Amino acid sequence: MEPILEVKDLHVSFNTYAGEVKAVRGVSFHLNKGETLAFVGESGCGKTVTAKAILRLLKPPFAEIKEGSEIRYQGQDVVHMDKKALSNYRGEEVSMIFQDPMTSLNPTMKIGKQIMESLKIHKHLGKQEARKEAIELLRLVNIPSPETRVDSYPHELSGGMRQRVMIAIALACSPNILIADEPTTALDVTIQIQIMDLLKDLKTKLGTAIILVTHDLGVVANFADRVQVMYAGQVLERGTTREIFQDGRHPYTWALLSSVPTLAKESKQELYALKGTPPDLILPLNHCPFAARCEHCMAICKECMPPETVLSDTHRVSCWLQHPDAPRTLTFHGKEARS
Amino acid sequence: MSEQQKTLPENIVEVTDLCKHFRVSRKATLKAVDHVTLSIRRGETLGLVGESGCGKTTCGRTMIRLYEPTSGTVKFNGKDISKLSGKELLQFKKDAQIIFQDPYASLDPRMTIGEIITEGMNVHYHYSEEEKRKRVNELLNRVGLTSDYANRFAHELSGGQRQRIGIARALAVNPQFIVCDEPISALDVSIQAQVVNLLIRLQKEDQLTYLFISHDLAMVKHISDRVGVMYLGNLVELASNVELYDHPLHPYTKALISAIPTADPDEDMSKKQIKLEGEVPSPINPPEGCRFRQRCRYACEQCQKETPALREIKPGHFVACHRCEELEGKN
Amino acid sequence: MMDEAMVKQPIPKEKFKVIGTDDFSGEVIARPQIGYWKDAWRRFRENKIATVSLVVLLLMIIMVIVGPYINGINFEDIDQGAINQGPSAEHWFGTDALGRDLFSRVWQAGRVSIAIGVAGALISTVVGCLYGGVAAYFGGAVDTILMRIVEVLFSIPYLLIVILISVITESHSIFTLMLALTLTGWCNTARLVRGQMMQLKNQEFVLAANALGVSPWKIIIKHLLPNTLGVILVAITFDIPGYIFSEAFLSYLGLGIQAPNTSWGALASAAQQTFAFYPYQMFFPALLIALTMLSFTLLGDGLRDALDPKLRK
Repeated sequence: MEPILEVKDLHVSFNTYAGEVKAVRGVSFHLNKGETLAFVGESGCGKTVTAKAILRLLKPPFAEIKEGSEIRYQGQDVVHMDKKALSNYRGEEVSMIFQDPMTSLNPTMKIGKQIMESLKIHKHLGKQEARKEAIELLRLVNIPSPETRVDSYPHELSGGMRQRVMIAIALACSPNILIADEPTTALDVTIQIQIMDLLKDLKTKLGTAIILVTHDLGVVANFADRVQVMYAGQVLERGTTREIFQDGRHPYTWALLSSVPTLAKESKQELYALKGTPPDLILPLNHCPFAARCEHCMAICKECMPPETVLSDTHRVSCWLQHPDAPRTLTFHGKEARS
Repeated sequence: MSEQQKTLPENIVEVTDLCKHFRVSRKATLKAVDHVTLSIRRGETLGLVGESGCGKTTCGRTMIRLYEPTSGTVKFNGKDISKLSGKELLQFKKDAQIIFQDPYASLDPRMTIGEIITEGMNVHYHYSEEEKRKRVNELLNRVGLTSDYANRFAHELSGGQRQRIGIARALAVNPQFIVCDEPISALDVSIQAQVVNLLIRLQKEDQLTYLFISHDLAMVKHISDRVGVMYLGNLVELASNVELYDHPLHPYTKALISAIPTADPDEDMSKKQIKLEGEVPSPINPPEGCRFRQRCRYACEQCQKETPALREIKPGHFVACHRCEELEGKN
Repeated sequence: MMDEAMVKQPIPKEKFKVIGTDDFSGEVIARPQIGYWKDAWRRFRENKIATVSLVVLLLMIIMVIVGPYINGINFEDIDQGAINQGPSAEHWFGTDALGRDLFSRVWQAGRVSIAIGVAGALISTVVGCLYGGVAAYFGGAVDTILMRIVEVLFSIPYLLIVILISVITESHSIFTLMLALTLTGWCNTARLVRGQMMQLKNQEFVLAANALGVSPWKIIIKHLLPNTLGVILVAITFDIPGYIFSEAFLSYLGLGIQAPNTSWGALASAAQQTFAFYPYQMFFPALLIALTMLSFTLLGDGLRDALDPKLRK
């Protein structure tokens, strides 16, 4: 498998009144053709910023991708792309859908027109052809009676329908990568299932690689091929979905797993809760970012950053518990944490 | 329990046939809450679940008289709240409090945390400045924050911290009943557990009664004693926590429960899930008959004509469905 | 890489003792404390254009106060021997057709112009806030009736009102001018305040205050007004140049300030007849009108950006 996207040592900072907020601190990963990679983490962990950096959607001078960061799409350098190349890259190679479908659609434009816009620019289609194509796209995302819906305005559609339109727009130029930033968070549970099913369907039909950005592990389990767990701008653990869910090795992964609601738990018992809040990213962090909230924290954890331990071809974790001198610890599933 | 409390009725809140309609235009009426009847026992947590637009928030807000009901009554400690005035009304506002969903919109951006927490005390108690300061510190400690926070502004706090300030503001007037209006849906997963634990602890310490409104079924199961399910302004099912999740009777409840995701990549979700067709219709001019019928695969002619009433199928288990008996056990 | 180097070095065993989580009994805040106004001021200062406007306006106000006294010539003194003189060492901005010193007159005129601008904006703000606040708080029928009245007033051209008032009162004093200008001027502010308050009224923090039993009056004073203040402040800075210009316009038409008092509009009006021969008489008042209006508008822009809570970072 060849990677179509490679990110190496990505650093992103925001300049604020209080100083430089280092939102992404040395994230590296790759995305293979047609696979689904999930970024999992809580708000402020840098997952959305990383996704936006891939599309160069961050606005300087407030946000900047630091020197030395590398983003390569099929060998092309994305960080230093010029305007024209960037416009092609954004429209035809990589596209993104956002959390809130209401604010990302233009309320004064018919949805058909919004889909046709990018078809005209990137595929150089005429008006009639573009319209036909738009109807086909609406059919692809399972919008009933697309021939009439193409002339609707966004406010005439429900939340789930709008998200479907967003997906149609994103797929208009058959991109190789689709970045889905919390695509179901703003939707109701019964609609969430519908949208995730649609994405799953499209993935197999079109072979698009997907980066799924989410805080909801429940969504990931049945959807992603690989998962990377992010915290405070860093990747703490990465692996195949099975490795993360059944053999997660990082205490933060355990915390996330135990916070997935299940119906089996006894009522009114104290829920497992992480203490405290994630570190303020304005602080310099030269040790494990999770140390302060980690039950298994050792003295070394507060002194330097753990190296990434390779557990298998796909599974890597950054935790001092993997060190031979660390005490034996049981994982979330009751297995030995260090193999 | 004190002597006075013993004489109070068992149900702290009794809602009878409550309707709350909003006029949208000359012709259209939004029936946010339509003929809802329920009661909340003293010291329990009643969970209220449903999708957005089902009227659960409106229902909660009408219960503490933030909205005037269109028809029907809400009784608090045996008294009709719409008839309260003067001192009695003030006492009611002290006894019944609310915690909001959006931790960003629920705190005044121009006030310090101290000012926000003392606002209610100023109305109901006559504390000196020294007493106020002591009380604020005490409340901040109870919700897991230090007294340093009193001089801060809301925008300096994280979502979870703000939500705890919202809880401290409600606790400041020593309420008996708190409407928790989606208090955790805007928070991160690890913070949600903190807030839920805090709410459970406070309930035990102060013998509080909660109405816990949420769309997160798993969390509602965890915190509630009884759970009500709402759909398009109607209460469709109401039962004890265990009963509702183990033996749901309404087709909508079944679909909702099956939609709860699991963190197991090997479990094939698509087999377990009951997929609902379409989306929630608009509560403006909702469909006649059973409001769920357009998305229900068991809908029959009767469902089209008659609105099903909430019936007690088993002791303590209420369902509003014409066909729930024959469908029991089926998915 | 640093990390790899660390691993190769043996790490002392005691570093691997579990010490557990930090004490979170009181969470600490990493960022410095910053209040609303301090933060707004910080953002305002970052805006160079707005800061320059503020400095220009401050200089203007100082000059308007001390300007008429600087060269020792009273603005009403008529010097028959120096009529229509160009700028010179004695008369810095020259003299007018009656031989009056233009430097003193320009600043004296500025007093009237700026006073009218500020007073007009303040009156319309106070009236507009009260009116808009009442409409927003009571809502329903009250709101509908009050807003219809505003719309009717809004549609009457103000020139008509000015002429009517000066005909009815038969006077051209500053007072009647102010009355004419503000009679409909507050309508815009009223609409703005009503819109903002309507939005705030449904905010959860107002509902929370309501649930706590805080009285309506206190809710307006403590929640609604402070949160509208930013919008009002911006409206004032945009209103002032509007009033200055209206006054200048009316004075130019001869409907405004009457001699011997003067304003920038009146000065420009007087200079207009001899503009072809003595352009400097027109130049100075016109320049000051333009500079003041521009500064106020840019200041308002800067304030709006600085006070918008959505832009806070």
